[in-house]
Amino acid sequence: MPKDGGIGASTKRREDVRFLTGSGHYTDDINLHGQAYVHFLRSEVAHGELKGVDTSAAEAMDGVVRIFTGADFEGIGGLPCGWQITDRFGEVMQEPAHPVLAQGKVRHVGDPIAAVVAESPEAARDAAEAIVVDIKELPAVIDMKEAVANSDIKVHDDLTSNLCYDWGFVEENRDAVDEAIKNAHHVTTLELKNQRLVANPMEPRVAVGEYSAGTGDYTLYTTSQNPHVIRLLMGAFVLGIPEHKLRVVAPDVGGGFGSKIFHYAEEAFCTFAAKAVRRPVKWTASRSEAFISDAQGRDHVTKIELALDKDGHFLALRTDTYANMGAYLSTFAPSVPTWLHGTLMAGNYKTPLIYVNVKAVFTNTVPVDAYRGAGRPEATFQLERVIDKAAREMGIDPIALRRKNFVTEFPYATPVAVEYDTGDYEATMAKLEEIADLKGFEKRRAASAEKGMLRGLGVNCYIEACGIAPSNLVGQLGARAGLYESATVRVNATGGLVVMTGSHSHGQGHETSFAQVISDMIGVDADMVEIVHGDTSKVPMGMGTYGSRSIAVGGSAMVRATEKIIAKAKKIAAHLMEASDSDIELKDGQFTVAGTDKSVAWGDVTLAAYVPHNYPLEDIEPGLEETAFYDPANFTYPAGAYSCEVEVDPDTGKVTIASFAAADDFGNIVNPMIVDGQVHGGIGQGIGQALLENTVYDENGQLLTGSYMDYAMPRADDLPSFSVDHSCQTPCTHNPLGVKGCGEAGAIGSPPAVVNAVVDALQRAGHTNVTHIDMPLSPSRVWAAMNS
Amino acid sequence: MTEVKMTVNGKAVSGTVEGRTLLSQFLREDLEMTGTHIGCDTSQCGACVVHVDGQAVKSCAMFAAEADGAEVTTIEGMANADGSLSTLQQAFQDHHGLQCGFCTPGMVMSAAALLAENPKPSEAEIRHYLEGNICRCTGYHNIVKAIQAASGQDVAIAAE
Ligand code: FES
Ligand code: FES
Repeated sequence: MPKDGGIGASTKRREDVRFLTGSGHYTDDINLHGQAYVHFLRSEVAHGELKGVDTSAAEAMDGVVRIFTGADFEGIGGLPCGWQITDRFGEVMQEPAHPVLAQGKVRHVGDPIAAVVAESPEAARDAAEAIVVDIKELPAVIDMKEAVANSDIKVHDDLTSNLCYDWGFVEENRDAVDEAIKNAHHVTTLELKNQRLVANPMEPRVAVGEYSAGTGDYTLYTTSQNPHVIRLLMGAFVLGIPEHKLRVVAPDVGGGFGSKIFHYAEEAFCTFAAKAVRRPVKWTASRSEAFISDAQGRDHVTKIELALDKDGHFLALRTDTYANMGAYLSTFAPSVPTWLHGTLMAGNYKTPLIYVNVKAVFTNTVPVDAYRGAGRPEATFQLERVIDKAAREMGIDPIALRRKNFVTEFPYATPVAVEYDTGDYEATMAKLEEIADLKGFEKRRAASAEKGMLRGLGVNCYIEACGIAPSNLVGQLGARAGLYESATVRVNATGGLVVMTGSHSHGQGHETSFAQVISDMIGVDADMVEIVHGDTSKVPMGMGTYGSRSIAVGGSAMVRATEKIIAKAKKIAAHLMEASDSDIELKDGQFTVAGTDKSVAWGDVTLAAYVPHNYPLEDIEPGLEETAFYDPANFTYPAGAYSCEVEVDPDTGKVTIASFAAADDFGNIVNPMIVDGQVHGGIGQGIGQALLENTVYDENGQLLTGSYMDYAMPRADDLPSFSVDHSCQTPCTHNPLGVKGCGEAGAIGSPPAVVNAVVDALQRAGHTNVTHIDMPLSPSRVWAAMNS
Repeated sequence: MTEVKMTVNGKAVSGTVEGRTLLSQFLREDLEMTGTHIGCDTSQCGACVVHVDGQAVKSCAMFAAEADGAEVTTIEGMANADGSLSTLQQAFQDHHGLQCGFCTPGMVMSAAALLAENPKPSEAEIRHYLEGNICRCTGYHNIVKAIQAASGQDVAIAAE
């Protein structure tokens, strides 16, 4: 258990002091000497042919430095896609070009057409308004099914259709699944939507490009979750800048939730333009611009069928999903509805036969990519909704039905190609029953009824695959990157440690929790450990933070590097104490010789490493610095059980969350306070999806929810306080810390709990025809369901 | 262009601004006080909240010229005189009331205004008061706890 700020302690976050005093250092706080400002002129139509862009009047305006259009980027690479999917016929996906500035056509509202670089943001904006764009508006295709059926409107003229790929998984199971469903005692079918969301980290994106003519070096400051990935993608594929001439810095970043993983046009533009105009070039997104230029999330339309035997055992599962890619392929978009979704369709259950079909579709909308959970919320939502519906149809208690089908033996190989190493789904369900006081529901329901409110209870489980991912495996699945992580641990002469990690913290508190791990391993105060991240010139390599991978992959790399440090330090200690290496023990910052009272302090050994007067120079080099790359052996599988109680107002359809509880198994935990916070935030976003948030395009592709006036973000008075618990812990078996990751669980596990609860409330009130309502469960939708 | 003078965190400052310059811009760009954040362009997120003559205001919804002669307090002026965290700031750290820190300046400024008005707010009152401040990271749970704790109400402490 917790000791002195080591692993398991709820250590206060060191980063908080700067954030609480206004001394954080976010990208928009960076202003470079002589910088110019960019304003992007963006398409106002969803689909159109660009006949001409006349910049002459704008160029003559005061303060304009230079105006760029698509023509300036001819011959320069487009934005690359990092994952290639092979479809169920063995063909690779259709992959359109994605220019930095539009060439020939615009394909969504917000597609950048031109960029003005000027002396001030105001001058840039004024000049952008003076650019004359000759555009022939074309009919837009917004609905996915129509995009596939109606090939008259093509988002990309050079592709054969709007279908990016038609993926089947596991293709060999297709017929067997069909057969099992045909012959089953009972089949429950559900059609549902997982609506499109906008990630909305509170800090809008910013990019500042800088070029040094003297050295030919470029620097990009950007709001990114993975600066090294941006360096690689932008350097190698877009601008042709070798990595040693390109530095990417992501300083304090104000939230990401996936939307800051991807390489965006604005980053490439600012870097390119900095050289072209020989001045630093800065772009700061407005919130309205974020709504039409940040990659969006989810947007699946699904039909799911679950086959059961007469006792309620799951026999087979078949899903058909249309997944929206938007107008272009964002960096990791193709992987989200496939490998991050199909592989999770077994959930926490022993379903022997599963077949997942996904059609990814191009439409004239903003590109879609990973958003907190990425594919796993979509899988969990459909599975946990169909189970609830099946329970009702078969007259089985929904918790009992889940229990009956739980995976209980580990490791467990699912029929969808992953192997769960550990878990205890019964334990998290039992814990949930306790913390949510599920036994007391009936009493609370009666109390709500007294007030005229319809109370409902929703329960569900979830599992997710985190700690992405074994490089050789993802390589076979189409990833164009490795997914290891690296860390360098540098020990200074006086004993302090600097850990340079490829993980990036944008709210997760790594500066605190990573230091706890190192301090535990060596037995020094956490204050002696500094965590450095977010700068490619300081950290050797990194794949960044997403998919709840930081502690599981980045943390493991850091542990491996520290183990190397300890091994070398023991050799030095052995020399100092004239003992054998194998007899040296390290505890609480002291090296001792087993079975003797000899000891030497950590600081004496580190000093000897840098002042090697009495040192085994013939055997080992001076200095104490080690690097490790850690490539995980498997994903990790956090899992849990969630419950939600709602009150529905029968007169208005308004849903109030009366209580929400989460019992999670994250394996071992480094800082429980931070883990609680991650779960709270995820639940907040999940309830936001269930009740409030929606991204709506009209039939012409105009975004109707493009600001906080129309896009309903969850606010403090939309949410209750939550009851969260992570005392059920089955440690991960294949990483050194036994950790699984906790960043996405809340967002994955909570939407089905809310929807299950609302359907339950309506069913109990006699609306037995209401078996599903699509999210968000706004008052009007709930009212309509009650009155249908 | 007009000349404005005001007191920011107890210090007299002045500058020349355009009519359209927002108070938030004046603070961030002219005074280089970047603790006040900009999270939206429709005055709805609250990342930019400061105090003007003791009232919480969204500094993106006020022209710098309108604050001429005013007493302005920003997040940079909230710590104790010796630089240590104030009771409210300390409660945010103790209760993990922030993650990415981007909404935090506005949250702290709004919370301070709430406590000045209502020294012992209930959970519901806190949630209602924070309606104009969006946080995407915390689900508000620990922000509410931090504010309750700062007001001297009994809340189990999150950090050790
Ligand atoms: S920036 Fe002022 S309310 Fe959003
Ligand atoms: S802490 Fe990130 S938005 Fe509130």
